[in-house]
Amino acid sequence: MASNFSRFFIRKDFKIKSILSYIFLFAGAWVMMFPFIWLISSSMKPEHEIFNQNWSFWPKELYIIENYYSVFFEQDFIGYLMNSLIVCILILVVQIITSIPCAYALAKLKFRGQNILFGSIILGLTIPINVTSIPIYLGIVKLGLLDTYFAMSFPFFLSVFAIFLFRQFFKTFPDSIIEAARIDGFTELEIIIRLIVPSAIPAIAAFSVFSFVAHWNDLYWPLIVVTSMEKTTATLSMMQYASGFYTDHKGAFAAATAVTLPMVIAFLFARKLFIRGITMTGIKG
Amino acid sequence: MKKYSITGYFLSFPAITLIIVIYLIPTFFVIFISFTDYTLVRDGYNFVGFEHYKNMVSDEVFINSLSVTFIYALLVLPAGFGLGLLIAIAIFEQKKFRSLLEVCYFMPVTSTLTAMALVWNALLDPIGVVNNTLSLAGIESLTFLGSQSLVLVSLALISLWGVIGFNMVLFLAGLTSIPSHLYDAGKIDGITSGIDKFLYITWPMLGPTSMFVAVTNSINAFKLFDIVAVLTQGGPDRASEVFLYLTYLEAFEYFNMGYASSLSIVFLGIIFVFALLQARFIDKKVTY
Repeated sequence: MASNFSRFFIRKDFKIKSILSYIFLFAGAWVMMFPFIWLISSSMKPEHEIFNQNWSFWPKELYIIENYYSVFFEQDFIGYLMNSLIVCILILVVQIITSIPCAYALAKLKFRGQNILFGSIILGLTIPINVTSIPIYLGIVKLGLLDTYFAMSFPFFLSVFAIFLFRQFFKTFPDSIIEAARIDGFTELEIIIRLIVPSAIPAIAAFSVFSFVAHWNDLYWPLIVVTSMEKTTATLSMMQYASGFYTDHKGAFAAATAVTLPMVIAFLFARKLFIRGITMTGIKG
Repeated sequence: MKKYSITGYFLSFPAITLIIVIYLIPTFFVIFISFTDYTLVRDGYNFVGFEHYKNMVSDEVFINSLSVTFIYALLVLPAGFGLGLLIAIAIFEQKKFRSLLEVCYFMPVTSTLTAMALVWNALLDPIGVVNNTLSLAGIESLTFLGSQSLVLVSLALISLWGVIGFNMVLFLAGLTSIPSHLYDAGKIDGITSGIDKFLYITWPMLGPTSMFVAVTNSINAFKLFDIVAVLTQGGPDRASEVFLYLTYLEAFEYFNMGYASSLSIVFLGIIFVFALLQARFIDKKVTY
């Protein structure tokens, strides 16, 4: 009897705690989501309605066509999106091609200088682009390659992080299978392409998401090497809506929607992959 | 064993070449340039030795950028850590809505901060949503990004919005990996209240995760650039001129490559300290 009584109270207490916890969590979630809701709403509003005192999601005067038209047809916004896409894909493809063989060599082969190579990879992990940007920029200027896709992607052609990650992953691949493949006459390159890569798809996918998101969202490097509107990336194009004193709101939020929506939609479809890809690195964006 | 030694070089050749071209040579050159007065606006250069490093110490702009970055970090780091942990624990204890909540909190992490900064600029406007909401509580309209005293708080709030989900996911992973038998064993030792469980089991078991979150957050705080470049350009009156933004201005706006290189070296030094810290603690990572 007494124990039932106390159990009842503990359960009730637990329920109140649980309700409070839900209120806290959903209030927080609302704060997190509100900027996105506000963005989509504002991208459909005329300028004078954006700062209306009584905010409502649905515009009184629909301005969808006007706003999105000014973004997509009064400037080469599709060109900016294409530039972002080209640079992200170029970077990713080269990163995968250069890192996988090296990671395999480090994980499964033995060669002199292996430890020095691995040591420099670990060291490379601590050197961000912000440190090497000056010499790389000067080199690009000397070669006359400023404002090219090459300049925009070159510093990221090698991901030391990818090598580190893939090496860890490949180490778990059973040696006996590799030995058997060698006996069957597979070359090392065939072993990589036909055995290692298929087994490492989850790691490769997670890394790809991380790399793509990071370079899609990157502002620092395009700001340095892009000098024309022709090579402007979608993220860089946001700069035209920002100035110290005056922000031009016309179409700004339609453009911001078009820049960030591809990543957000991709995230909604591949939630687990995104979370793994971005958090395994400890590097945000 | 000898048979494969050449294959090893062959397979890592592209990577080795790129390490040399992207990391080794630029790092060597950034050190070299930091000892010169090289600028892009005139030909030639002179060696100035440690001149830049000496000048730095008495350069008010440099000191200002360090203190601005430090204050920003103090604002964003504890709040990001605490809220990330609190939300992770709250979500972990709930059975329902877990993935919905995860999506909501993580979405800012994947979004393009440069674009979302424009939204925050409007939300924090003197006639924006935040001020409208504050006015309901009787608080007078604040100029968030335009005032020297509030600009760092505003940038910290925006960063906080972008980082909480990231920390939450890491803490959730840490919480999931704590074996439940530890809590059962704790019960025998009289650890039954929520606070005791947290202090004696959860917190110690989260040690490695906490360290990882703290270090990566610190490095990211020190790398603050995007929202400053879009929203404040270091202003008003250098109140938000963080270290990386100052280095960027010196190098790519004023073309003082020598001085900017010495700033980059300082930057690398600070990142390096964090990395060593992380490496030390990862080595000592205890498995129970």
